[in-house]
Amino acid sequence: MYHDISIKAKQIRERILTLAYKKKSSHVGGALSVADILVYMYRHVLRYDPKNPAYPERDRFFYSKGHACLALYAVLEDSGFFTGDTLNGFTENGSYFTSHVNHKVPGVELSTGSLGHALSVACGVALAGKRKNAAWRVYCVLSDGELNEGSNWEAILFAAHHKLNNLTIIIDYNKIQSFGTTREVLDLDVGKPLLDKLDAFGWSVAQINGHSFEEIECAFASVKNAPKPQAIIAHTVKGKGVDFMENKLAWHYKSPNDEEYQNAIAQIRQAT
Amino acid sequence: MRTAFIHQLLEEARANPAIFLLVGDLGYSVVEPFAEAFPDRFLNVGIAEQNMTGIAAGLAMEGYNVFTYSIGNFPTLRCMEQIRYDVCYHELSVKIVAVGGGYAYGPLGASHHTTEDIAMLRSIPNMRVCAPGDPAETKAATAYFAHTQGPGYLRLGKAGEPLVHTNAITDITKLQKVMDGEETAVLTTGGVLALAKNHIQSHQLKWGLYSVPFIKPIDFSGIGDVCRTYHTIYTIEEHQRFAGFGSAVLETINELYRQKHIQSFPQVCCIGIEDLFVSFAGSQEYLREMAGVKLP
Repeated sequence: MYHDISIKAKQIRERILTLAYKKKSSHVGGALSVADILVYMYRHVLRYDPKNPAYPERDRFFYSKGHACLALYAVLEDSGFFTGDTLNGFTENGSYFTSHVNHKVPGVELSTGSLGHALSVACGVALAGKRKNAAWRVYCVLSDGELNEGSNWEAILFAAHHKLNNLTIIIDYNKIQSFGTTREVLDLDVGKPLLDKLDAFGWSVAQINGHSFEEIECAFASVKNAPKPQAIIAHTVKGKGVDFMENKLAWHYKSPNDEEYQNAIAQIRQAT
Repeated sequence: MRTAFIHQLLEEARANPAIFLLVGDLGYSVVEPFAEAFPDRFLNVGIAEQNMTGIAAGLAMEGYNVFTYSIGNFPTLRCMEQIRYDVCYHELSVKIVAVGGGYAYGPLGASHHTTEDIAMLRSIPNMRVCAPGDPAETKAATAYFAHTQGPGYLRLGKAGEPLVHTNAITDITKLQKVMDGEETAVLTTGGVLALAKNHIQSHQLKWGLYSVPFIKPIDFSGIGDVCRTYHTIYTIEEHQRFAGFGSAVLETINELYRQKHIQSFPQVCCIGIEDLFVSFAGSQEYLREMAGVKLP
């Protein structure tokens, strides 16, 4: 049932790994953890026109975990926002493809890279949408580690208070942040699980396996008509799809060498 | 100044449906007329300035010309990165309005002394920085920001500042001449304009006096004219002496000299706060005196 999108997700993972390998860039783990979510969203959730990125009726998509730029760039490329070998200029002198997401790239609404910024901006856009009775919706993908930033909790309180039900956030809960596991550094589940915290803040919350297209589909379907803002907590695996990268902090920083790259690509291609 | 600001913003909002006002749970007895007149273009976002600035950026992305309003350091230093990255990098129409510039809220303590803001904000690309000297300049600056796109910072005093300019302001981005003089000129920014005027008049000095509301972009040719007319220039600001208005004037004069727009480099004395925090209570006048914000 999810055959086609699974193949697409494998292609996106290959693209992520190839760019990380060729350009010796980091944050591969977080790009692989969010890849399935992004592929699903750009195939089945978001309204957009790659030939007219500013198309007024588009859904507004914010990508707060800007360090994991490779996943978004690869999906935007696949969705037709840029063609040819534009993305091959990633990190090259003079390229807009910086290794934190850049709004100079077609399809990117907001530059990110400093964590805890995009959700407030998304709230402002959602507020504008409410005041203008707009049909479009606002989506924001966040990392788990960036929920350490207090600004996110300002925005989470704000969105619920103002019943921004045109706003959906997706939390890529891959359990590893820059210098340790989220449980070691600042446990998002301390006291109460993250789901209960967001519920207590007044959000409609779904919790899913972020690598199951069936569960991703159900989550987006279930939150759609909620009277309040929606959060999808996507439990994911950092480095998903490459066994020696999975759940390893080091792949927040490393880029694959020749052998690792060949091994990783073989694993992605062989995966069922 | 805050009264002049809100009156002008109300006027602008009547004509322009894009004007939006966000407040960070401050503005009691100031912003109510706006909130009542335009409830669909007003919001108190709560005590959360990082979020307020991000929300302002989001509203601006959707076509609003957004004014954020709070006291001194809160809509500025508290959320500098949102200003830099969300507003200025994206060139969004967000105008930050801070009341209580300098020691306007002096007795409230160091938390409310707004004395580093000009330096920080003027260093950010795309940001325009304006500190009006009296209610007339405030009115003109508010109109200017309401009519122009992109980021801006409006540094106000509080209420009750005397009206210095008797004629209408024709171009707020230029130097505003208050009085002609001989040999020595005083350039001021912000609410110390009245202080400088009183000083010159009470000491019967034959000094020129110019208000410089726009610190960035600064009136390059206007400062050139001053340099050609006077050989001694005092700059005075209610702000740290380094990296603020005086520094901006010096940078400008240096550039004028380097590009040969002026033939000689005038004597320049920058007056401001002497690199210190004031930790005691006192009126605005008292704190200015203690911190070194005074003309010789």
